[in-house]
Amino acid sequence: MRNRSSETFIYWLMRGFTYFIVVVIAYIIMDIVWNGIGVIGPDFLFEYPRKSGAEGGIWPAIVGTFYLVAGTIAIALPLGMASAVYLSEYARQGRFTRMVRLAIITLAGVPSIVFGLFGLGLFVLFFKFGASIIAGSLTLACMILPTIIVASEEALHAVPQSLREGSLALGATKWETIYKNVLPYAVPGMLTGSILGIGRAAGETAPILLTVAAFYLPRLPSSIFDQVMALPYHLFVLATQHPNAEAVRPMQYGTALVLLFLVLTVNMVAIMIRSRYRKKTKW
Amino acid sequence: MKSKAWKEKAARLIFTGASSTAILIVLLIFLFLFKEALPFIKDPGISKLFDTSWRPVSFQGESYGIIPLITGSFLVTVLATVIAVPFGVIGAVYISEVSRKYEREFLKPFIELLAGIPSVVIGFFGLIVLAPFIKAVFGLQSGLTALTGALLLALMAIPTIISISEDAINSVPSTFKEASYAVGASRLQTIWKVTVPASISGITAAVMLGMGRVIGETMAVLMVTGNAAIVTLSPFESVRTMTATIAAEMGEVPFGSEHYRALFWVGIVLLIITFGLNMIAQKVFSKYGGRQ
Repeated sequence: MRNRSSETFIYWLMRGFTYFIVVVIAYIIMDIVWNGIGVIGPDFLFEYPRKSGAEGGIWPAIVGTFYLVAGTIAIALPLGMASAVYLSEYARQGRFTRMVRLAIITLAGVPSIVFGLFGLGLFVLFFKFGASIIAGSLTLACMILPTIIVASEEALHAVPQSLREGSLALGATKWETIYKNVLPYAVPGMLTGSILGIGRAAGETAPILLTVAAFYLPRLPSSIFDQVMALPYHLFVLATQHPNAEAVRPMQYGTALVLLFLVLTVNMVAIMIRSRYRKKTKW
Repeated sequence: MKSKAWKEKAARLIFTGASSTAILIVLLIFLFLFKEALPFIKDPGISKLFDTSWRPVSFQGESYGIIPLITGSFLVTVLATVIAVPFGVIGAVYISEVSRKYEREFLKPFIELLAGIPSVVIGFFGLIVLAPFIKAVFGLQSGLTALTGALLLALMAIPTIISISEDAINSVPSTFKEASYAVGASRLQTIWKVTVPASISGITAAVMLGMGRVIGETMAVLMVTGNAAIVTLSPFESVRTMTATIAAEMGEVPFGSEHYRALFWVGIVLLIITFGLNMIAQKVFSKYGGRQ
């Protein structure tokens, strides 16, 4: 009996540890929402900043983040999905495949600031793009490529082998099989898995610090070779570099809330669709 | 018929080409980091990197010793790991072995959500809420300490540790547990004496990947550790990590200067450390089973 009650105690202890994490996450989100919701309004969202961000809104930062994310998707998504098709459908055990897998694992572990240095060295300076949307998008695309490849490959593996075999048995070629019998079932899963990587690109600060971001640029970019403002960088500068950091606290919380809302909505949608998709697809 | 064969070849070529970009990017990262860093060896000389202080802007002669930055990163990483491991491992065990089904369906996505919060938002929260709290609790002059950074980093490592450990725990064959029950062990005994030891390689790999994430994290530490480049092992002092140094200083250096090249060396050290951690984690994971 004594044993039984001490087991119950340990279960409660484990539950305590786990729910402590939940409480901390909830507290952070509540703190940002609670303090940020007051400044959110059409003025804050759709106006240009004034007095180096102390007044006005964050519209250019929202637009800048949107451009960066769109550019990143345009580069990383096709590349990542195609790599996954190779790994899942074409690859044989061999040196090349091993090297690709090693490269993906390595990329997944490279710190974001090192991606920033790389983007600075290659895109900004060597290709002479300067600090620009294109340099930032390319850098972010390199960063989220492993996430997209891994997620897409998982979706491709979920398509049963019998679908491929049936198609090949009827005389279809390999590409016809992939195009008509594999991709249609895999693409929704590939896309939702990739959304998580895209959420990460939207929230990252360190790589864009060195490759795109302008703190105070109260106009919209006119080409992909322009600098832009971005939400994460805007928050960073308002919180740490602003001469009057205390006074612009509401602006900081407002920016944090918009960023948090954007990234979490994107992630939540991805997580929800994914769990639904996993449950629904029964072969 | 001929066009069909041509299409096949083109498809294979495109997919192979796409997957080789990952290799290309890794090579380019190493190439360009070294390209920008190497001239430092000639002038002012590689030995400058082993100075004991990091004072890149100074009137009496600059010094680019990266040791204080490495100890800063080391201190923050060790503290964060010590804090994150119990929460991560116990959380993973609880979610996969103890919690009820409806509980799991809430806990897993919720913790995944934590992984999605941008690091700059966590850093902001740390700056506004956690740092004053640490200052008050420990009666310090400033709340911007190694401990403050470590707490935030631990929070960011926890989702990585939980999700990978949970995979490892789930992949323990149920026959192991059944055998344990059959000889009369309780559920708790089975969890800690059979399931966890059987998945220890996966848990180890999870912790190492979590450490990799911690050591490479930039924004949160930049915002809350105070950024004093001193050699210390006290959690209550301000430290400066490798990542924060690059982020804080790269914006202000002239391209091609000694300082600029020294920052690329910091990047290389960082890259090698995370690469090493990653490789060891993979070895541990594949050698002792991991996912089947």
